[in-house]
Amino acid sequence: MSPFFIITAVVTLLGAVFAMSLRNLVHCALAMAVAFSGVAAMFLQLDAQFAGFAEILVYVGAIAILIVFAILLTRSGETPEKSVLTSGWWAGIAVTAMVFTILGWAILSSSAVPKDLPAAPVATVKNIGDALMTKYVLPLEIIGLVLTAAMIGAVIIALKEDKKDNSGGEQ
Amino acid sequence: MTPLQTCLLVSALLFSIGFAGAVTRRHAILVLIGIELMLNAANLNLIAFWRFSAHPEALTGFIFVLFSMAMAGAEAAVGLALIIAIYRHKKTSNLDEVKELKG
Amino acid sequence: MIWIVKNLWLIPALPLFAAGIIAVNKQPARKLAATLAIGSMALGFLLSLCALAATLGHHGEGAFRETFSFNWIQFGGQWMSIGWVLDPLTAIMLVMVTFVGMLIFIFSVGYMSHDKNFMRFFNFLALFASGMLGVVIANNLFLLFVSWEIVGLTSYLLIGFWYHKPSAAAAAKKAFITTRIGDLGLLLGMVWLYAQTGTLNFYTPEHTGCLEASALAGMVSKTIFGGMMVSTAIGLLIFLGAVGKSGQVPLHVWLPDAMEGPTPVSALIHAATMVAAGVFLVARVYPLMAAGAAPVEHGAPITTALTVVTWVGAITAIFAATIAVAQNDIKRILAYSTVSQLGYMMMGLGVGGVAVGMFHLITHAFFKALLFLGSGSVIHGCHEEQDVRKMGGLKKYMPITFVVYAIGMLALAGFPLFFSGFWSKDEILHHASLWSVSHVPFYLGCCGALFTAFYMTRQMGLVFFGSYRGHEESSHSAHGHSHSAHSSESAHSHDPHESPAVMTVPLIILAGFAILLGVIGTPAWPWFDAYLNGELADLQIKFSNLAESAGLMGVSALIVLTGITVGWILYGKRQRKTAAEKDVLEAAQPAIFKLLENKYFIDEIYEATIIRFNAFAAWLCDFADKWIFGGAVFLVKYLTIGSSWLYRLTDENVVNGGFDLGCGSIRGSGGGLSKLHSGRVQTYLRIIGVALVALIIFLIWGRIA
Repeated sequence: MSPFFIITAVVTLLGAVFAMSLRNLVHCALAMAVAFSGVAAMFLQLDAQFAGFAEILVYVGAIAILIVFAILLTRSGETPEKSVLTSGWWAGIAVTAMVFTILGWAILSSSAVPKDLPAAPVATVKNIGDALMTKYVLPLEIIGLVLTAAMIGAVIIALKEDKKDNSGGEQ
Repeated sequence: MTPLQTCLLVSALLFSIGFAGAVTRRHAILVLIGIELMLNAANLNLIAFWRFSAHPEALTGFIFVLFSMAMAGAEAAVGLALIIAIYRHKKTSNLDEVKELKG
Repeated sequence: MIWIVKNLWLIPALPLFAAGIIAVNKQPARKLAATLAIGSMALGFLLSLCALAATLGHHGEGAFRETFSFNWIQFGGQWMSIGWVLDPLTAIMLVMVTFVGMLIFIFSVGYMSHDKNFMRFFNFLALFASGMLGVVIANNLFLLFVSWEIVGLTSYLLIGFWYHKPSAAAAAKKAFITTRIGDLGLLLGMVWLYAQTGTLNFYTPEHTGCLEASALAGMVSKTIFGGMMVSTAIGLLIFLGAVGKSGQVPLHVWLPDAMEGPTPVSALIHAATMVAAGVFLVARVYPLMAAGAAPVEHGAPITTALTVVTWVGAITAIFAATIAVAQNDIKRILAYSTVSQLGYMMMGLGVGGVAVGMFHLITHAFFKALLFLGSGSVIHGCHEEQDVRKMGGLKKYMPITFVVYAIGMLALAGFPLFFSGFWSKDEILHHASLWSVSHVPFYLGCCGALFTAFYMTRQMGLVFFGSYRGHEESSHSAHGHSHSAHSSESAHSHDPHESPAVMTVPLIILAGFAILLGVIGTPAWPWFDAYLNGELADLQIKFSNLAESAGLMGVSALIVLTGITVGWILYGKRQRKTAAEKDVLEAAQPAIFKLLENKYFIDEIYEATIIRFNAFAAWLCDFADKWIFGGAVFLVKYLTIGSSWLYRLTDENVVNGGFDLGCGSIRGSGGGLSKLHSGRVQTYLRIIGVALVALIIFLIWGRIA
């Protein structure tokens, strides 16, 4: 693989590690944004440009912001004094290790992996639009419904009696 | 190691890191962050497989990823609404203390 | 079916109703009780005369025999029918029982007039009469047995009438138990007969009865061990019942003790009727006992059963006659005399046939009832004194009683020509002399006749002749054996007195019959024999027939006169002066006299052997009951307790415990499993991770394999 890919991967992973291990929540959120950006860069390198931009728009632009909002609303901005780890965290680490081991082993021992890089696909926006409108029109409509339902649901769940509504998910 | 395997390993590592955080950290929002990371790892997996598949012009993986992102957004919205609602109720975001369903 | 046969059941039913009505009436209703009882017997007598007339007017072949049967009870699919029969035997017995019974009932009105249990007495008497008449008319051995038992029951009730006297209660028990032993034989014979022939009816219009030719042929052809024919065996078993009821040796022991009852009871039951029921039973089942023998021209057929009957009768006759010689109680002398005469009757049946035995039965009924009632009159007149040593010279105090008693005594002794006893006893001796098996019964019968004449003369001499010896111990004689109501009478009259007319008139009537009845059976006019056998009677008086048996008549007359003479010499002329004087014979032969006086110590022998054995058997049964059966019950009890304890244990520990264990483990596992629900999301996530790993392993391995 190209070195660019390696660097991007490292950045992503570092960002993820920091996102999970920092004490201050806002720092975690920011590290998460970095991770998202790294993933978007990896998408770009894999010739999925639209996906990469959509990643930036959706994850960094909306979800990360949303998480920051939630941190602010739940007054979690201060650095906590106590341990940030839950009870029995070592069991979690063990399980994670198991998961990674098995996934890695599955990947590495798989024989259904092609050797070469095939030709670059043409994933223009037009193609995507065509596909969405012809072949995948049903999932598209359903996604619309789901998003509507999610928005309404989020509003209702977080609704206060005095009607001070917060920001729901937007797309 | 083939490029695909590299991508897959990276995504597996990302997934594990997200998983580790989700099951280890006390704060609810950090669990959500971990989940988002896991989702991203899955998306990366999908894009990698699409890129290295036999017929990438079918755009199957790509569309899947688009929908996955849409779902991630919806899910993040609802999840955060839930966290806010729980915070309002119990005045805490500590997952160790949210044990209403114990037993 | 002529009306009298259909309504023959009325004859025993009327006294039964009378007994029932008397039983439910409030005491005292003496006039009602006496009227009902005597009235029912009188009606029965009239009906019996109608029955007799019906049998007499029969113009057919063979004896008149009509039966009436009806279905009584169902065994499974089979009906058992019972009924009654009217034939000459039945008719003659009916007339005798009702007539003698009626006279004795009338006598009892006077005899029991001072007794406060007058109504109970007549109740039992009427019940007895119905039972006895039921025995007579029964056509079915089962109905006969039921009536037989009623007769036995009332005999028990009447012997123990004065039940507060311990000797009377004991005597009643002895009578019942001794006759019961005989009844067992009757029951066994009945069961066997039913098994053999399938019916208990004696005669049926279709000739399927158990005494008819076809059934008898079947029983003769079968033999059991020792080559004895089945008919003989059944006959002997039925004879065992007769032995008990008629007081033959060895079951005679109850009859003398039965004198504890009131004198009318002794007269009716233990002289005329109940003891005759045994003889009647043998006469009734005579075809059974005579089955299988070659017919003889004279007298009865020779079969094993009839031979046994003859021997038992002969032994009884001489046995009881010897005992009677040494007795001192007026009724006991008559009781042993009855036993002896019953022996004669059995012997007559055995050697001579139905007619011979029945003739003696009829004549005996009259003169023995007369003698007993006479003795009752004597006892009543002597203020309840029963010891002959304390009587004497009653001839001048009680003339009517003396005359009728003399007539009865002469009839019993068999005084020639005028008295019925002579003719009937002579018939028996005549046939015994011709018996081809042995002549010993004839000689025994002759000795018995000698002794009979002797002891009756002794009794007459001690009671009626000489001087009255009852004054010496008048203070003791007042407290006799029976009720104390008479003590007031004895206070103002120590002398014996004649009985009232209500008691003497029946005596006179009976005396008349004692003389006249001989006529029907004399060889000169053998009507009775022909009547019973169903032959056409030759109604002409043939004095020439007397010549045949003149030799025997002379011999028996000689015997009787010898006996009377010796008795008169010893007891009539030479009178004892005091009551405590020793008896003449006792002075002569003290040892033999003591033996005879104590009835050959038979009671004591029985006491030492059978009673002891019975007591031992009773103890054994009690032991078995307590320990073996009781032990078994005990065992079952403890088994039950043990098993129930075990069950409880099982239930508590196994069932409950198991259930508890199950529930506990479920609860425990539930509790354990519920720990999985920590309520913490991250735990769930961890578990999902583990599950993911497991699933991947599963998938990969599946693929690889």
